[in-house]
Amino acid sequence: MSNSPGLVDAPSFSGCFHCGLPVPDGTHYPIQFEGQTRQTCCRGCQAVAQTIIDSGQGAYYTHRTALPATPREAEAELAQLGLYDLPEIQESFVRVEAENIREAALILENIVCAACIWLNERHIAGLPGVLSVEINYATRRARVRWDNSRIQLSAILKAVSDIGYIAHPFDPGRSDDVFKRERNTAIKRLAIAGLGMMQVMMYALPTYTATDMTDEIRLLMRWASLILTIPVVGYSAWPFFIGAWRDLKRRNLGMDVPVALGVGTAFVASVYSTLSGHGEVYYDSVTMFIFLLLTGRFLEMNARRRAGAAVEELVKLIPAATTRLPNWPARDEEQVPVARLAVGDHILVRPGETLPADGVVVEGDSAVSEAMLTGESLPVTKSVHAKVVGGSLNQASPLVVRVEKLGAETRLASIVRLLDRAQSEKPRIGQLADRAAAWFVGLLLLITVAVGLAWYLIDPSKALWIVVSILVVTCPCALGLATPAALTTATGRLTRLGLLTTRGHALETLARATDLVFDKTGTLTHGRLSVRRVIPLGGRSAEEVSALAAALEAGSEHPIAKALRQDRPEGEHPEGHKRLAAYPSRVLREVTTPANTASHIRNTPGRGVEGTIDGRTYRLGSPRFAAPHTALPQSTGGEYPGNGHEHPENGHESWVALADETELIAWFALADTPRADAAAALAALRHQGLRLHLLSGDAEGAVKATAQQLGIDDWHAGALPEDKLAYVKSLQQQGRIVAMVGDGINDAPVLAGAQVSIAMGEGADVAQAAADMVMLGSRLATLSESVALARKTQRIIRQNLGWALGYNLIAIPAAALGHVTPWIAGIGMSASSLLVVLNALRLSDFKPARTPAVPTLDSPLPTHR
Amino acid sequence: MDILILLIPLSLVLVGVIAWVMLWAAKSGQFDDLEGPGHSVIMDDDKPPKSDDTPRS
Repeated sequence: MSNSPGLVDAPSFSGCFHCGLPVPDGTHYPIQFEGQTRQTCCRGCQAVAQTIIDSGQGAYYTHRTALPATPREAEAELAQLGLYDLPEIQESFVRVEAENIREAALILENIVCAACIWLNERHIAGLPGVLSVEINYATRRARVRWDNSRIQLSAILKAVSDIGYIAHPFDPGRSDDVFKRERNTAIKRLAIAGLGMMQVMMYALPTYTATDMTDEIRLLMRWASLILTIPVVGYSAWPFFIGAWRDLKRRNLGMDVPVALGVGTAFVASVYSTLSGHGEVYYDSVTMFIFLLLTGRFLEMNARRRAGAAVEELVKLIPAATTRLPNWPARDEEQVPVARLAVGDHILVRPGETLPADGVVVEGDSAVSEAMLTGESLPVTKSVHAKVVGGSLNQASPLVVRVEKLGAETRLASIVRLLDRAQSEKPRIGQLADRAAAWFVGLLLLITVAVGLAWYLIDPSKALWIVVSILVVTCPCALGLATPAALTTATGRLTRLGLLTTRGHALETLARATDLVFDKTGTLTHGRLSVRRVIPLGGRSAEEVSALAAALEAGSEHPIAKALRQDRPEGEHPEGHKRLAAYPSRVLREVTTPANTASHIRNTPGRGVEGTIDGRTYRLGSPRFAAPHTALPQSTGGEYPGNGHEHPENGHESWVALADETELIAWFALADTPRADAAAALAALRHQGLRLHLLSGDAEGAVKATAQQLGIDDWHAGALPEDKLAYVKSLQQQGRIVAMVGDGINDAPVLAGAQVSIAMGEGADVAQAAADMVMLGSRLATLSESVALARKTQRIIRQNLGWALGYNLIAIPAAALGHVTPWIAGIGMSASSLLVVLNALRLSDFKPARTPAVPTLDSPLPTHR
Repeated sequence: MDILILLIPLSLVLVGVIAWVMLWAAKSGQFDDLEGPGHSVIMDDDKPPKSDDTPRS
């Protein structure tokens, strides 16, 4: 193994040798690395690590600086990659160079550090038939050239998935071409300005210092400077002039006006004195100023792009092409561009593919990750009749989906629209800053004229550069950027956390909120029955009896049946969650497809179900039905949980018994359970100083139970929507600022009454939810993270405004008194607006503070992208 | 000092050449990835992958 100590200090990772997740007890997937036996957590990791080490690239493990994603077993099903070899599919993304030489652009997923790039490059380059491969670290795009007579594209994609990454082809023409062009232009302008500045300075310095320079040489240097400055002003500074002209045409005093005036005045004055042969020249100041400004703008452009990346990533989720089944249920496939799909078409979505549109599953069972849309990291189980959302990623097995909504009507598109609206709507503080900036520019021009006149009377030779300095040094940019930069970054970050902002004022109000009012059903609880507890009897494990119950209820649509079929018991088996997170697809499949199948299923309505599994008869239902011959174990050490069936609505659990021919083997407690992370999330919110209230239309018992369980003191049961609204109003009259969290549709009036409203977007149509913010997932922890982020945003906006004002208050008088030369002014202005943007960018790295002690259902999966 | 009469125009030509090189570099994508190449230098390639067999899967 190649070993290079000291070059890169690779951090050591504990846990699984490949992915770093904890290795579950009792698993044994060893791997040999540099003469040592290391443990991996699953077969997937073992296979990937083996491939990497066997192909001589074990150095990856010594160089990497971040952990890769856990390879999902579902990727084995990427075997259908062969489709990518068909010429008609390759048409859209493969460039044919010579007879057999092909080139394609690939998007690589799961890239987390530079070592990943190295690993992929070497691995792909080592394939026979691959001519060249280049991977761009910044964009995670790869460009591969290969000889089609020796290797097929599918083999290359397969090789990438062997080492735990995902590669899929994309059409490079369609992606961020615009940004690339813009960036390229900016670099060119910057290069010209930089070169011009350096060379003009070379000519300027001797004229300042030399004592014995002849007039001819001086004139020659002036002319040379003029020649160099022309492209800098005419090409590099062009955007400033265009911007200023646009502003003036709209009778608006924007940021570019003083800049253009400053540059223009200095340049024209210099040209005049060069031609006429007397007076000062300012070419050095002009070029340096332009260069510094452009540098500032360039950095700012990159920063802004990072800030807006969240929205763009959403748009890019939709793939370019998809597989249509034109004669479904017949299996003939055709590849079509997504743009040519129509509502009602049937499409085939393979594991690893992204859904191109909203629709309904008509065939297949799978786990679908909606992480990009909801922030929810665990995949969601989808079977026939389930609704799926465009942009989510199919992870386990193929799905046939009937397209219901396309393009602008999809949930993804409405999310993007709402985000755009929120980002274009400026909150009060932003509007204020904008108006202030316009006034500021006007005032600035007046001051400049006055100061210019005054200096003309005192010392005419200094008047011009002082005027230029004032125009340049003042920075309305910082004032104008302070709010939008912070807001754009914060809304982007919030969306990635799973809270969609739909109104501009929402962030500001959320930061000031003092009271948080919750609805119960569907907000703090799941709004449907689920298994709360499993009590296995007679030495069986909870998994075993759950599997039996799931098998018996496999065909039923009864809510209790659904609960038994779908849910793992919560709370009782925390290690179950850990494993669920570690191998999402496998465990989910285990849950959805019961290990055993039941035959001779007989349903007795209202009582229960009976069936045969492995030759034994089992009964599941009310205790009397399930075990009629057994004396009910009233006194087994408090094990007997309740008095038979009770309605879950009254706050108690409803009990279901499972029995075989002779004895009772398990109890299941069903209830509308609080969400797994509710207690932890509420504790965190309380910790942030918010007062929590619970309002519910449910009966007192249930509400009280939930409130006590979650530690909410103010709760009100049996509340009608009017009562809820009145409650919110009374809070507001006490001067409290109320944030209401509800399910969006039933609670619409209450949501509208609160200062800021948050709707649970789960299931509901995002666009119709009458709320200022929509929770895209069901992670309640998002709330406290969002409050923290909103407060931080508010802090950053204030810092930015304070800085912008303070800077200008100091800079203008200094420039007016003649203490600032134009080039210092250029640095000052660029630095001040850059500082504002960088300060705002801190929000995008915002890491929610974890509240310790209370365990949450968070996945330990490394999140990539 | 007379040499300056030659040197100054010469420097102008030099700046022109450098500018042309910069524009070419921008156009041909030299600035597209400013991060990756820096990392790839550190990775040692002293064990070139065998190109005669497909890696095991």
